[in-house]
Amino acid sequence: MNIMSEAAVEKALDQKMNTVPYKMIGKDVSVYYGEKRALFDVNLNIRENTVTALIGPSGCGKSTFLRTLNRMNDTIENCRVTGKITLDEDDIYDPTIDVVELRARVGMVFQKPNPFPKSIYDNVAYGPRIHGLARTKSEFDDVVETSLQKAGLWNEVKDRLQEPGTGLSGGQQQRLCIARAVAVSPEVILMDEPCSALDPIATAKVEELIHELRTNFTIVIVTHSMQQAARVSQRTAMFHLGNLVEENDTDKMFTNPDDQRTQDYIMGRFG
Amino acid sequence: MSTSFLLLLIVLIGFISYFAGRARSFAQAGGKLSNLHSLPGYHGSYVAIWAILPAALVLGAWLVAAPVYIDSSTRAVLPETVQAQGGATVELALGQVKSVAGGLKRLTAEEVSALESGSANLRSTLAAKGVALAGEGEPYMITAAQHFNAMTVTNRWLMSAVVLLIAIAGGVYAIRNIATRFRARNQVERVMLGALVVASSIAILTTVGIIASMLSEAGRFFTMVSPFEFFFGTVWDPRFAAAGSGGASGQFGLIPLLAGTLYIAFVAMLFAVPIGLFAAIYMAEYASPRLRSTAKPLLEVLAGIPTIVYGFFALVTVGPFLRDISAQLNGLVTGNYQNFIQAQSVLTAGIVMGIMLIPFVSSLSDDIITQVPRALRDGSLGLGATRSETVKKVILPAALPGIVGALLLTASRAVGETMIVVLAAGVAARMQINPFEPMTTVTVKIVNQLTGDLEFTSPQTLVAFALGITLFVITLGLNIYALYIVRKYREQYE
Repeated sequence: MNIMSEAAVEKALDQKMNTVPYKMIGKDVSVYYGEKRALFDVNLNIRENTVTALIGPSGCGKSTFLRTLNRMNDTIENCRVTGKITLDEDDIYDPTIDVVELRARVGMVFQKPNPFPKSIYDNVAYGPRIHGLARTKSEFDDVVETSLQKAGLWNEVKDRLQEPGTGLSGGQQQRLCIARAVAVSPEVILMDEPCSALDPIATAKVEELIHELRTNFTIVIVTHSMQQAARVSQRTAMFHLGNLVEENDTDKMFTNPDDQRTQDYIMGRFG
Repeated sequence: MSTSFLLLLIVLIGFISYFAGRARSFAQAGGKLSNLHSLPGYHGSYVAIWAILPAALVLGAWLVAAPVYIDSSTRAVLPETVQAQGGATVELALGQVKSVAGGLKRLTAEEVSALESGSANLRSTLAAKGVALAGEGEPYMITAAQHFNAMTVTNRWLMSAVVLLIAIAGGVYAIRNIATRFRARNQVERVMLGALVVASSIAILTTVGIIASMLSEAGRFFTMVSPFEFFFGTVWDPRFAAAGSGGASGQFGLIPLLAGTLYIAFVAMLFAVPIGLFAAIYMAEYASPRLRSTAKPLLEVLAGIPTIVYGFFALVTVGPFLRDISAQLNGLVTGNYQNFIQAQSVLTAGIVMGIMLIPFVSSLSDDIITQVPRALRDGSLGLGATRSETVKKVILPAALPGIVGALLLTASRAVGETMIVVLAAGVAARMQINPFEPMTTVTVKIVNQLTGDLEFTSPQTLVAFALGITLFVITLGLNIYALYIVRKYREQYE
């Protein structure tokens, strides 16, 4: 084997990534909260079966962008989105689109674990129930079991499915929320700092889980931890002051970023 | 010196003390405020408190004690023959002496000497001055009245002098205490704490007093009518009890009243709960902030309408309307235009009370629904649930304990409500289940038993206290249970 130059490795990686089709395409996305503009013409595409990490200092607009992807911004008063975002070929801001159906296709996991005050079983079965994904008891049992298995929680909770989900530990709660999102069989899963409320061991488990979920789902994750972005993602996008600074392969982003601001942020010079 | 003028003087002394204290602390500081432990204002307040508080306390005590002392000393002046008759006669004589004393002040010196010599009639002389006397008046009364007047005047002067002296002494004592390291701030703090404690004790003691008085009156009732007869009796027929009629005995069965109370409250809740709850859900989950900011206060205006207004709304509008519409309905179906809903009925009272309760249900539930964390809403919406699915499956179950608590609080209001049922439910104490017929409630009967010319010795009147304490126990129980549930629910999310 001849040793490739660094540039050649990069090129090969780029090519490898470039063959992955886009799942979601964001074009000139701007978000306003009342008079205040939070995002400035962001052009960011999300590749299929890839973990895309959104990084940047607090208030840079990364969470805002994430929430535009399943229109969770709709629930905030005075929030206005311009530009165009497509999921496969569908414009998700088309007035004729069903927001509820969109959110079933683009699931979300939140910063703080938010299990419903119901049993573990009912938490996972919640989505399938409202979307009619299962009918009989045994079908529900199947969905619950596979979802919990995908979330790596099955072995820990299989004997106490009827206990309240709020009684689990923080890390287990977050994996329960992931199982809940997975149970709806979404195409994309959005994660808004999913580990910020967890201890390091629980974080490691969730990160491992994200890694495994990539085979079935497209994942977009907002994180404050550089290490986490480096560990779990293949693509990284850096936001600053409402602008997309740079979007690149994660390996390249953390070794040789194109933009000086990315370099500074990763090195910890601001943020 | 009148009491109000005396009070004014004390306050004035307080004012002066405040500035004196402040000035003295300034002087002690020697131009550098940081030398002082407390700011000059605190020193001023400290001195003012010493000037005002002890003087005011002594004044209060004096005002309470002096009349008692003067009365007893006047009683001692009354002739032996009067005193020998004891009790009521002495009090009657004392009352007359006091009116004479009031009248004497209006007479000229000649008129007084004419009275003393017995050449003028006491009653007619006083009547000419506008003072009515109950009896003819005895000669000894003039002496006693003069004694009374003299005592009153001396007492006034003595009280003014003592109180003012205490005020000044307090101020002087406090001023002498002022020094740079004197902790005036902490002293003022202690007085503030004391004032707050006194205020809350008054509130609590009043409640205790009310309960105690109700209990003792109810106890008197239960010596005449056995508790078993009262709590388990099924007939309410107290008979008429005119003042002094004595012996008329009736039946005091609580059950028909309690049944009416609970039935009407149930009908009211049947109207108020769905409407109030849906309104709350709309306000909390769907309404835009602009709509919410106007609609919510409007809804709460309903809670501010006095219940007597709801009462005549029921009497004049709702009752006749129900009666007429029932006659029409009956006519359409059977051809017989006879109303089957009475104007005064359980239904009328229930509907109007339900309207009154809507704002309570909606406002309490609204608070509880908005307390459900946003994270749960987002979680459900993020899974692709619609708003109503989110409300039904996540928010209401999460808020349920709190809502149950709110409903119990509302129910206790419904049970204790008076004016609406007095006007809308009728006064017939009957046990029946037809909502179109009149029934009556505990509160209505309390009003009935306590209006008119009464003597507070007959069971007919005292039963009101037994009813009151029963109602109180019911609503207290509901309230305590509701608060317990609401608090438990709060802990879950905080």
